[in-house]
Amino acid sequence: MTHASTHTSGAHRTSMGLDSRKLAFWAFIGSECLLFGSLIATYLVYKGRSLVGPYPHEILNIPFTSFSTFDLLMSSLAMVLALAAVQRGDMKRGKIWLFVTALLGLIFLGGQFWEFSHFVHEGLGLTTNLFGSTFYVLTGTHGAHVTVGVIWLLTLWIQALRGKLGPQNALTVEITGLYWHFVDVVWIVIFTVVYLIQ
Amino acid sequence: MSEHGEAHGTQPAHATTGTYLRIALILVMITLIEVGVFYVPAFQGVLVPVLLVLSAVKFTLVVMFYMHLKFDNRFFAFLFGGPLLLGFAVVVSLLLIFYGAVRLRTGT
Repeated sequence: MTHASTHTSGAHRTSMGLDSRKLAFWAFIGSECLLFGSLIATYLVYKGRSLVGPYPHEILNIPFTSFSTFDLLMSSLAMVLALAAVQRGDMKRGKIWLFVTALLGLIFLGGQFWEFSHFVHEGLGLTTNLFGSTFYVLTGTHGAHVTVGVIWLLTLWIQALRGKLGPQNALTVEITGLYWHFVDVVWIVIFTVVYLIQ
Repeated sequence: MSEHGEAHGTQPAHATTGTYLRIALILVMITLIEVGVFYVPAFQGVLVPVLLVLSAVKFTLVVMFYMHLKFDNRFFAFLFGGPLLLGFAVVVSLLLIFYGAVRLRTGT
């Protein structure tokens, strides 16, 4: 792709008229589909093959994880509201929604930490059985992505507090949003495949 | 319209705040249905297909409205949809290979 023009915000546009940063980020998200596809496939292949417990139906807490799912869905709503606010130059609301998104992400991470601690206490470690190995790798990789997202969101929020984030940076917020929503859709799949289909 | 806007360096049209709130409400309702279906014994026979369909609906709503693929340039949909299909093919292929191998080994 060649750079056809430069947008006023400093973003480079390709010969197709698309922003090169956004194009590159969608390609990155595409590669992430393959990463999570491989991890989900591995989980499914070894599903029900553990020779020793704890087994999924013994320790998975559906009400608790349903709350985590609700939390992440609401964080996606907060993210689109943050983007909409930044795009119309309403930085007061933009800051609030960015912080709310990061806070909901932190709550999700806190829940995952509690869940992992509880499972370890119940005797499920990374090497206990096939369920433990595939479960921790899949949900842990997702959790690592959430952690990166929270750090990214807090960085944007701090920039906004310092007055260094405005409508001219809407594309930066949009790309952050793309990452955050992708993390959300991956969890939608994990919630169904791992927690509900036991 | 969205492609036209992209090509001339303007922001593509996005959904309104009201749409975002309605989508959030639908997502929450689907999640409640998923959890409800999980606990109702009468649904156990069709649990897997029902949950997969509901999950796919949630996935599509977030991608189309929150990630703006419905309003953005179609090339982004291609960049996302292509690898997504490949990822799905990886899942199906690995399952077929694994269960095929198990059936060959056990003779069932």
